[in-house]
Amino acid sequence: MSLKEKLVSSYLAFEDHLEADSPIHDLRSEAIKSFETNGFPTKKDEAWKYTSLNKVLKEDYSLLPSMESKLDFNDVKKYFLHDVDTYKIVFIDGVYSSFLSETTHDGLDVCLLSAALSKDKYKPVIEAYFNKVAKAESLTNLNTAFAKEGAYIYIPKHKEVEKPIEIINFSTGNEAALLLQPRNLVVVGENAHVQVIERHQSLSSNAVFTNSVTEIFAEKRAYVDYYKIQNDAPSASLVDSTYIDQERDSICSVHTFSFGGNVTRNNLNFYQNGEHCDSILKGITIIEDKQHVDHNTLVHHIAPNCESHQDYKGIFDDSSVGVFNGKVYVEKEAQKLDAFQQNNNILASEKATINAKPQLEIFADDVRCSHGCTIGQLDEEALFYLRSRGIPQKEAKALLMYAFANNVLESVKIPELKKRINKLIATKIGVNLGFSL
Amino acid sequence: MLQINNLHASVDEKDILKGINLEVNPGEVHAIMGPNGSGKSTLAAVIAGKDEFEITKGEVTLHEEDISELDPEERAHKGVFLSFQYPVEIPGVTVTNFIKTAINESRKAQGQKEMPASEMLKRIKEKADLLEIDRKFLSRSLNEGFSGGEKKRNEIFQMAMMEPKLAILDETDSGLDIDALKIVANGVNKLKTKDNAVIVITHYQRLLDYIVPDFVHVLMNGKIVKSGTKELAYELEEKGYDWIKEELV
Repeated sequence: MSLKEKLVSSYLAFEDHLEADSPIHDLRSEAIKSFETNGFPTKKDEAWKYTSLNKVLKEDYSLLPSMESKLDFNDVKKYFLHDVDTYKIVFIDGVYSSFLSETTHDGLDVCLLSAALSKDKYKPVIEAYFNKVAKAESLTNLNTAFAKEGAYIYIPKHKEVEKPIEIINFSTGNEAALLLQPRNLVVVGENAHVQVIERHQSLSSNAVFTNSVTEIFAEKRAYVDYYKIQNDAPSASLVDSTYIDQERDSICSVHTFSFGGNVTRNNLNFYQNGEHCDSILKGITIIEDKQHVDHNTLVHHIAPNCESHQDYKGIFDDSSVGVFNGKVYVEKEAQKLDAFQQNNNILASEKATINAKPQLEIFADDVRCSHGCTIGQLDEEALFYLRSRGIPQKEAKALLMYAFANNVLESVKIPELKKRINKLIATKIGVNLGFSL
Repeated sequence: MLQINNLHASVDEKDILKGINLEVNPGEVHAIMGPNGSGKSTLAAVIAGKDEFEITKGEVTLHEEDISELDPEERAHKGVFLSFQYPVEIPGVTVTNFIKTAINESRKAQGQKEMPASEMLKRIKEKADLLEIDRKFLSRSLNEGFSGGEKKRNEIFQMAMMEPKLAILDETDSGLDIDALKIVANGVNKLKTKDNAVIVITHYQRLLDYIVPDFVHVLMNGKIVKSGTKELAYELEEKGYDWIKEELV
């Protein structure tokens, strides 16, 4: 039985467990029907031309973990931003871990989607926001059909959340292969500020396939800083579909740090509905072996006087494959726009591949859109400069790679996170740079 | 110290150096002058080990050891330093962190321990003062957004920190105003001892008023066509290079 067949047939059993009057019952039924018709995306789909899920889909995934797993905090401490105080929403094999989490209802809601879906007091929020910005794409439909758990974050207006919120999905390897479908909903009220860090972490070499969907709503003047850390085991694959709906004067940034995993696909979609929105998309990808990272971004400019800034850096070693497919869509009404897209790549090996495809579709006539894409090796002149100062070739290359990726790090607003990413990069490049980063 | 015999070098099969002979002894200052495209910067890069250039004939020895097959970092470890005409910008790496890495990598290569942090700081302070470099400057990203003069001063600061046996200054005077030129020249002179040597590559005699050479060589079309003392530099300043061309014919 193929994974698709397995999913479709188990949907009925899954539905049976849920209350029929769930506010999202109808959405689920529609979504599974649509998934049944369309199936998983293949390379024949233009948007999936360079990324194949074939191998990932061949595993015999468990759809629900057969047993509850526990983790000791000390064993997984390193995956948290443990040196600062944070809210935490932690899942182990898709099941909420109250032991590792630190949620709140005190002036804001940082809790579980399952709670929000089942309790009456959240019903208005669910009805107003759930699945409202997510698009009916195949894998998103699949997630919607099975959506029952994930992070639920609601920040009321004028609230500045004083500590970052961490969402961590662990998989333990208690199943030979596990499919996870977390569903996150983040609603940031007018003039509210929030910082979120999201991570998926497999703790074994068993196969994991995570099909994650996150919806973020930024109301007027809201400020959202979202960080994705993708440094997973070589047996873990991820499709992350994130949809961000921005109202006027809101500023939203998403930083994606892709340092490991099997196949990683990021679908990052911004929709600017009001004037003076700013969307910031930044990424650093450093991969090797046969790893595959695909950034598929969309910034949809609907209103005038807005800005968007995209800056993605990639370093590809061994036989790794990178994809950057960045689309900027400018509606006729979106005048006086300033859209910037930059994608720079270094191929550190002859076998590494990068497929870069910037797409600009502009229907307004008074806009400034720029894009630049480079693919190259390390600058020989710079390398010679460092080596002439006695720095050996390997360290000199590392220093240059660090410098190459560095400006994306500049905009990370949480100092401890910046330090952590710096360290990850140094480890990733495989050298001690001789000074603390 | 440095002995260059019948050196030929090419890039992309184009001959640039066509038989250079040069001997530099400890305690000496040599100036290499010549018109644009004569091969001055190539000579500097070949001594420092840039692998873009292929040595097709001849040899380069340092302390009687052939260094022409060595990597640039190995030459640096043996005391060769090149002050770049166009120093490269390295965002995200501060001047201080860069020089620490450079010094400690060189020490590691010589089997020495890392320099203790306190000693490193003391030296950084001392050398920054020597070149009248503002402390704030040291925590900026290497060469990023530096003015031409700041870049050159920073090159000599690195030289001061690394204490090379043989320093090659490739057009260190270009882009410098007279005050910066004096500071840089003063720095170089203070670092001069009887055991080290300096090769100054320049277009203009101006720098040689401050860093006084023992020998002046004229490089033309990949060859040293004339050598003399510092008076030769004045003559070149006054008369240009044409008279040498004529002499050669």
